[in-house]
Amino acid sequence: MCDQTFLAITFGPCDNCSQNKPLMNIYLKNEPINYCSLCVELMACQGLAKGETTNTLKAESESLKAKLEEERAKLHDVELHQVAEKIDALGQFVMKTRRTLKGHGNKVLCMDWCRDKRRIVSSSQDGKVIVWDAYTTNKEHAVTMPCTWVMACAYAPSGCAVACGGLDNKCSVYPLSLDKNENLAAKKKSVAMHTNYLSSCSFTNSDMQILTSSGDGTCALWDVESGQLLQSFHGHSADVLSLDLAPSETGNTFVSGGCDKKANVWDMRSGQNVQSFETHESDINNVKYYPSGDAFATGSDDATCRLYDLRADREVAIYSKDSIIFGASSVDFSLSGRLLFAGYNDYTINVWDVLKGTRVAILFGHENRVSTVRVSPDGTAFCSGSWDNTLRIWA
Amino acid sequence: MTIRSDRDHGQRYRPRMSCLKKLEATVVQMQDPSTGVKGTDQKLNVTIIPHVITGQDIVAWITKNMNIDSDEAQAFGTMLVAFGYIYPLQDHKKLVLRPDGSLYRFQTPYFWPVQKWKAEDTDYAIYLAKRNIRKKGVLDAYEQEEYNKLHKWMNHKWDFIVMQAKEQYHAGKARQKADRVVFDCQERAYWIVHRPPPQTHSAMDYGLDRHIDPNAEEKKTYDYYRRIIIYTQQAVMRSRVKSSVSLGALAKYITTFKNHDPFLVPCLPSNPWQTDDDSYWELNTPDVEIPTKMRVERWSFSFYELLNDPRGRADFKIFLKKEFSGENLAFWEAAEELKWGTAASMSEKAEHIFKTFLAPGAPRWINIDGRTMGLTVKGLEHPHRYVLDAAQTHIFMLMKKDTFYRYLKSPVYKEMQKKAISPAPHNFSEAQLQQNMRNRRPSIDPIITWQKEQEEKAKAEAASGPKVRDRCMLKMLYLTSYVHMTAEQLVPIICIATSK
Repeated sequence: MCDQTFLAITFGPCDNCSQNKPLMNIYLKNEPINYCSLCVELMACQGLAKGETTNTLKAESESLKAKLEEERAKLHDVELHQVAEKIDALGQFVMKTRRTLKGHGNKVLCMDWCRDKRRIVSSSQDGKVIVWDAYTTNKEHAVTMPCTWVMACAYAPSGCAVACGGLDNKCSVYPLSLDKNENLAAKKKSVAMHTNYLSSCSFTNSDMQILTSSGDGTCALWDVESGQLLQSFHGHSADVLSLDLAPSETGNTFVSGGCDKKANVWDMRSGQNVQSFETHESDINNVKYYPSGDAFATGSDDATCRLYDLRADREVAIYSKDSIIFGASSVDFSLSGRLLFAGYNDYTINVWDVLKGTRVAILFGHENRVSTVRVSPDGTAFCSGSWDNTLRIWA
Repeated sequence: MTIRSDRDHGQRYRPRMSCLKKLEATVVQMQDPSTGVKGTDQKLNVTIIPHVITGQDIVAWITKNMNIDSDEAQAFGTMLVAFGYIYPLQDHKKLVLRPDGSLYRFQTPYFWPVQKWKAEDTDYAIYLAKRNIRKKGVLDAYEQEEYNKLHKWMNHKWDFIVMQAKEQYHAGKARQKADRVVFDCQERAYWIVHRPPPQTHSAMDYGLDRHIDPNAEEKKTYDYYRRIIIYTQQAVMRSRVKSSVSLGALAKYITTFKNHDPFLVPCLPSNPWQTDDDSYWELNTPDVEIPTKMRVERWSFSFYELLNDPRGRADFKIFLKKEFSGENLAFWEAAEELKWGTAASMSEKAEHIFKTFLAPGAPRWINIDGRTMGLTVKGLEHPHRYVLDAAQTHIFMLMKKDTFYRYLKSPVYKEMQKKAISPAPHNFSEAQLQQNMRNRRPSIDPIITWQKEQEEKAKAEAASGPKVRDRCMLKMLYLTSYVHMTAEQLVPIICIATSK
């Protein structure tokens, strides 16, 4: 596995202002330099030099984009389905609903698994966040948020807290308690603060940091204890709807997808956008890393899911069918990465063979849009949340 | 149900329009006189309604023309009904497609959802008022409630609304009975879609508006292009690999993990979600005494898999203890804690790490090259979250490329492989499955598990005291060859080491 970000220098004196800051690795006249994010921004906004006009800059950007495509094409020697020819086809699948979790009074918008492989947290439009033991279908904790449309929720790695947020523009962390009668809202900690709705949040490797994405077009990394902003990520030109952390050994990158049809890969330490993919035809609703961390899948309103390879730096597969015309709201991989589960706005869940590009199963059962699909940490089941107020566990 | 006067069902936003346009194309095909769905005349109450189609015909047509299963065809048909392109004549409030003899009709294009005019509250008020004029008490309870709300809300326009309602009512009366009945059905169907009855939902409900309008053109000033240039330049210089290499790696990953994917190969003894027996989880807890063979096999796939599994990491620690090289992993763990820890604790942790692992004569000194050591020590003067990145990566690569492979060949690992258990697959009868379902066991709260783990960790840290002094001396000797110090420079360091 090749995580190039760890090879770069990411902290030290900026080549321009000499202050010790997180550094972005960029090129000035084909020479590599390390600038802090402020100097990069100043460089972008400095006035036009002699002989430069908006049109010359536009032409330069176009030629660079063409060069990038050329470089990408040079190494494009094989298609995914050709590689897949040597792999056996999958057999028939029998996936059934094993549990139906009823209890939300309104649309279920988001859910997340606990590392103990059986508990989940789910959030809904009416502001309720519920922690369930999905195996026994018992509700263990419930929190009522002061806002509606709680679009993001996440379970902490330790299993001791949950984070959630939505129309309140904030991400709050609620430490869970063993005492069932305790009011969890009393110990709530307000961590993130955006200028528009919170679309997605995720803990990093510990309970102490949260990564959030927002409708204001930015992502941000926060320190939970102090609520301090550690790093912000600018580059999307429209709402960011989803993010996912890389499962790599070095754990330094994450991918985000937004309404500007772009999926961006970021270096968490410097805030730099290191890779960007813009092949979708409409809003990207969900992004998820391949289990090895070398690729990621996206689900979009253009009714397709796509697979992007990070090392080859291109889109390698499109999962679509003529009969599927409604957007995919959520995607997730099975443990080995062979199956891609995608929830759609036409109330169905389609299961795709990642290598061969074919659909292996279609699952019915929900009575409204499927808003979220997540595979359990040990891959034994996946959970789907829907606007029909229920969650279903499939295995 | 709230009344929002700006409810335009996102028609100005691309995503909604594109899927509706595709539905429209299919509906037009379905209405083709020769190749479309065959309609008949049906008698409803006293009138004869023309062009009525049955649910099963719709499903059959979709199955044939779109080349899909009948289940999927039924789901697709339900979408057509939910969006109002086809409406049911019986049980008109439930917008689903029944694949039997239930009767449906195509909606007139005037009432299709892609039309540019919004389903405004004014129109809804006129519709309800018209029905009220026709016959009092014909409105459903929820409609009556809406009517009262609208009456209050639009009191200032009420004369206009009543006037419009009366005009439409008279215009309707002038039509032929059959046409009037058909039009009433169509209009009613339209409003069921846009103002769903209680306990139902409208397919037109798309959720929240996106904050930034995707149709708005972004202003392209010179800094917009500059940013693209800065990004694209570094993207061009980025190294990439051949597709064959990276795609081959993806395929290899899948093949390696195939037997471990519960969706592809059943997990042993059985999938707890399928049989309601949680033995699989009991056998695979993070601190289990004897792990399963599958789990032990998984540790050999990559160093990352070994470290990620707490049981695997514990086994690796046992191996390292035997080799007296536990400091590498300890440093890596400490660096992880620094990276992911709270901002407040950072400088304290950094100092602790320096004293324990990096300072000359440290009790658990790690062996990294001079350059990295220099960079790290310099960075520690002003510690920040990523100050140990270079050193951590170096140590990680060292462990990954050397120690990991020695571990896999070591007696520690081989013994674990022998001891590991291979549970037999469950074979429950129907009755046993029923019983399992009744006796689903709850599990320990993760908070308790976490507290226990923290206690164990604290105990372990207290137990590992400072290392033997002789080890320090040995390390000093290494230091001479590495850092090229003279004897004079070494003397004060050795003095500090011996004093420990």
